[in-house]
Order: sequence, then C-alpha cells, then structure tokens
Amino acid sequence: MSSAPILVSITRLFAEISLVAIGGANAVVPEIHRQVVDQLHWMDDRTFINLIGVAQVAPGPNVMIISLIGWHMAGAAGLALATLAVILPSSIVAFGAGRLARAHDERRLWRLAKLVLAPIAVGLILASGAVMARAADRGALTIALTAGMTVLVLRTRLNPLIGLAAAAVFGICAGRFGLAFQ
Amino acid sequence: MATPPECEKNRCQLFLVFFKIGVCGFGGVASWAHRIIVEERAWLSDQDYAELLGIASVLPGANTVNIAVILGDRYRGVTGSISAVAGLLLMPLLILIGIAALYEKYALQSDVRNAVAGAAAATAGLVLATALKMIRSLRPDFLAAASCAVVFVAVGLFQLSLTLTLIIVAAVALAIRATGEREGKAEGEAP
Repeated sequence: MSSAPILVSITRLFAEISLVAIGGANAVVPEIHRQVVDQLHWMDDRTFINLIGVAQVAPGPNVMIISLIGWHMAGAAGLALATLAVILPSSIVAFGAGRLARAHDERRLWRLAKLVLAPIAVGLILASGAVMARAADRGALTIALTAGMTVLVLRTRLNPLIGLAAAAVFGICAGRFGLAFQ
Repeated sequence: MATPPECEKNRCQLFLVFFKIGVCGFGGVASWAHRIIVEERAWLSDQDYAELLGIASVLPGANTVNIAVILGDRYRGVTGSISAVAGLLLMPLLILIGIAALYEKYALQSDVRNAVAGAAAATAGLVLATALKMIRSLRPDFLAAASCAVVFVAVGLFQLSLTLTLIIVAAVALAIRATGEREGKAEGEAP
C-alpha cells in the first residue's frame, strides 16, 4: 500500500492543511474529512471517525489525528511524512512570528489578529464537533453519548479521558447486550 | 532552584520540559503546558505565558507546538525549537504507534469495534464542549458571533473549502475591525 504516489499526496494534503489550522488540528477535521473521505475516497465515514477515536486515546497535541491517518494510509513512512507535513509549515510560520513579536512589541497588531481570528477558530472547532458527531452517529445510543459527553465536559472539571473511557465501556456493554450500536 | 536560569534553559532541558508536557497530556496538553512552564519551572510569569499563548493561538498549528517553537527559539535559537518540538512529540508518537498497531490487530473484534464507536461518539462531544466553552470565555460581540456562525455553517454544514472560507471571513472581519478602530481613533482625537 505504501507506494510513492500516496506518500506524495499525504505530504501535500497535510502541508496545505497545516497552514490553515488556526485553532489547531481540532479545527481542521471538517477539511480533512472533506478531502480524505469525500474527494479522495481514501476511507469511509466509519473508518475516519474510528481513527479519530483511537487518536484521542494517545497523549499529546491533537495533531496525532493526522499522524494516525498517515499510518493508516501508508504505515510508518506515512506516519512520519504526515506528521512532518502538518508540523513543519505551521512551525516555520510560528518561528517567524515569534521573532517578529520579539523585535517589535506590536501588541495592538496581535490584539487585532486575535479579535479577528479567535471567533473563526471557535467556529471551526464547532464545525469539527458537528462533522465528528455526524460521522459517529450510529443511532440513538451514539447520539446520547455525544450529548452526554458535551454536558459532562461543560458542567464538570473531570478529566475528559475518564468520559472517553466510560463511553468505550458503554459501547462494549451495549454490544454485549445486543443493542443496535454498529 | 539553585541553577542559574541561563544554564537551566539549555537544549536538553527544553527537550525534557516539553517531553513531560507531551507525556502528561492525556486528554489535552494545554493545561499541562501552563502547569509545567509557569508553575513548576517558573520559566515564564502568568502574564508572559498568556501573551505567548495569545500569539500561539492566532497562528496556524497546534497551540502547544507553536509555544514549543517560540520558546525554544527564544532560549536557544533554531536548535532550541527543534529540541522542544521533538521532546513534545516523541512519546505521544510512540504511544500512538503502539495503540494503532493494537487497534489494527483487534479491529475486527466486536468488543473493540463497539468500544471505539463509543469513544468516537464521546470525542465528538468533547470537541463540541471545547468550542462551547471557548464561546463562553470569548464573550463575542456581534461581528465575532457572526464570523463564528458563518464559519460553522460554511465548513461544518455545507462542507465548503476551509481555506477559502478562512480567507474571505478573515478579510471581511479585518476590514470592518480596522475601519472601526480608525473611526474610533479619529473620534478620540477630535477636540
């Protein structure tokens, strides 16, 4: 599966996504979904959302989702290239911006950038949540899990990992009791 | 700490500090980054950290990766950035490979499939809640709420291109903000 064309496509796709990922990897889930599932047909909805679920279990920044898609498409080489492709372009921008911020103390400029971009980032993350909820939807039980987790994270200070683990256990039990889940 | 601060911020320490952030960051690294950089190491004051996070969050890419790049460069230049980012990503990537290998091996078992389906549904809830919390702390004015809503509808519901949406919404919002600021300034300067 790990042929050269797919590696080139992976690198190009995620390098491009790297530069628009304002709000981090969580903000670009709809774009990855649009490209990977709808346009390139690399995987179906279910595989896509399962990879996101698996990536969430690992620690570290959210870019792990992209590393895992790279792994799924082309093994170790895919993981390495996808990770580099998503890290490098945005890091070069951050490097330049960090030096710029040190050289000129332009607080007004950063404030303006934040005023403009922060709401966009929030809109993107909200869109990610919607796309993920739709892809994870296998009927009433999954919808209840999504809604339950939303309320849990909004209302309590519980480590979200506990909620994720509970949902996984709930999934196993639902399957064992023969409830429609898949 | 007894060591003078300049020795403490070498490449090895940069690697180790971000290594710890990466390993601890189950369920999100953001809160750990603050805890370790500000409270444990006292590399930055609360205010300096908030300023750095402000810059990191308007740039593309994961906030914590951007913080690693900028702090690494501030203390040790390019190689400092590389050390910090490598430290941050090393363990999470290794753990991810382990999890992915296990998942691929057992993906066909119905228990594993059901567990992942449950966790995936919860992950969607986690991301939704994260966004809602951000809205709460942002306290958006009309323009901010409108750009948030337009982006959500365009990208989330209509699945339009993110790049295009981003450029258009950012340009329009920037134009309105900049004009507003200039007018506000002109009014303030008027006698």
